[in-house]
Formats: sequence, C-alpha cells, structure tokens
Amino acid sequence: MELVVFVAAAAMVLGGALGVILRPHPVHAALSLVLTLFGIAVLFVAQQANFLAVVQVIVYAGAIVVLFLFVIMLLGVDRTDDIRVEPFKVQRPVAIIIGLAIVGLVGAAVLTGAGEDSTAITGERSVGGSLSEGGPDINQLAESLFSDYVFAFEVTSILLIVAVMATVILARRPFRIDPPEESGRQDDASGADEVRSR
Amino acid sequence: MILAEITPTPTWYLLLAAVLFALGTVGLLIRRNPLVMFMCIELMLNAVNLSFVAFSVGLDDINGQTAVFFVLVVAAAEVVVGLGIIVAILRRRPGANADDISMMRG
Repeated sequence: MELVVFVAAAAMVLGGALGVILRPHPVHAALSLVLTLFGIAVLFVAQQANFLAVVQVIVYAGAIVVLFLFVIMLLGVDRTDDIRVEPFKVQRPVAIIIGLAIVGLVGAAVLTGAGEDSTAITGERSVGGSLSEGGPDINQLAESLFSDYVFAFEVTSILLIVAVMATVILARRPFRIDPPEESGRQDDASGADEVRSR
Repeated sequence: MILAEITPTPTWYLLLAAVLFALGTVGLLIRRNPLVMFMCIELMLNAVNLSFVAFSVGLDDINGQTAVFFVLVVAAAEVVVGLGIIVAILRRRPGANADDISMMRG
C-alpha cells in the first residue's frame, strides 16, 4: 500500500515537473506546478509529516501558485512561448548534461552512504528530539520552533515585513519628477524618459 | 504478493528529490520566460524540502521538519520579492525574456 502511494505520488511529482519545463504556455506551467506541489504534500503525509503537508498545500498550492497566476494575468504575458527557438545552440545539451550530472552525483552519494543499518542516511540520530517517541508531529514541531528556534522565528517576521515593504516599493508606478506643465501628458513624458534612459 | 512487502525507505525519497532538483535545474537553464524560471526555482526548493523530511524520518529527528518550515517562509518571501521585480521589469518592457534583461540596468 505504501509502495502504491509512493509510486503514484512520485509520478505526480515528476509529471508535474516535466510539465513545468516543457509546456510552452506559462499558465499550463503554473498548473503543472500545482500537480508537483500536491504530490510533494502526499509524500509528506506518507512520511507522517502531516502538519507540513497541510502547510504545503495552503502556502504553496494556495498562495504561491495563485500569486504566479495573478502576475501572469496582471502582466498579460499569458501567451505561448516559442520554445523551439534556441538562440544559444549549446545551452540545452549543456543543461541536460548538468541535470544528469546532478542526478548521478547525488544518487551515487545517497546510494554509497549506506550505514550499518543498511540505510543511506548517516549521522547523529535524534539530536533535536526523537520523532517517533514524542507524540504528534505538530506538537513536536511547535516545541522545537518556540524553544530552540525562537530567535530564528522572530527574525523570520522581520524578513517577511522587509519583503512586503520592498515589494510595495518595487511594484508601484515609477516616481517621476516632471515639470508641472508636462503633468497633463504623462504618456509622452514616460516615452521621452525611456528614450533618454537608453 | 511480493510487492506488498516492499515499503519505501528514506533512500527512495532522497533519490526522487535528486531527480526533482535536477529537473528544476534543467528547466531554469533552458527556459527564457522569467516567470517559468521562477517556477523551476520552486521545484528545486520543493526537492530540498522533500529531502529534509526524508532525513528527518531517517534520523528520527524533528529538526529536519523545523528546517522545512523555515524554507517555506523564506520561499514565500522570495516569491513575493521576485515577482515584484518581474512586475517592475515587464511593465517597462512588455514581453521581455531572460536575454533581454541581462544588463541589470533600465
């Protein structure tokens, strides 16, 4: 049963990832990304990380993909890219070689790292508390987050505020200092600005 | 039924995460639409999250899942700032791709 869940979720993840890479239309790529993110959430549930699966669905599939789609619609870039055009000839072969190299190196590292209990994962066990003995994962996660990592948690709030303020400044209309008589014809002024800046 | 006896070990999840990370890298290198390149970065972040959870289960340690929590928060902030930059660029030059914005100036 676990094998069936793993295979189905892995097919979702890899199919969605291939969709993101290969679909020419940005909206289709974003919807393929949803498939991948749900597959990851299923794999989290299969590993008893239930809270992270819920957060994955809410934050990634709920918020981030909606933000992507919103930007696609807002900018009106929802037209098909011509992915057959390749201005730089060696780029795709080199990219595929790099991808195969990553799979090969990481796969070799994972498969050769087998310890005495014949699992690939080596290292100190249960440093931050045993996962299997401490009750539900959400309780343990809360205890870890608000005791050991409470400083990082507070810094995260500063990071979020800075990110929101930076985005407001980045995404608003460009601030222009125009003479008062030009304020009536803003389109001409912005066109002249752009010509001058080039 | 032999197949019912096999249960996925954390090694399987790590290998799947490696393949997903490589797919994200390839997509980032071959696509030119900045939005799709951003989605490929999300794929790579999710591969790392998956391997964090696999290590957390494999080492029987809760701290791996805490790390995933912080990765999620930083990814959300990164998407917000990155999409703000993309909106600012594409408003000035509609239809720009990664080759058009290689100069880092307006």
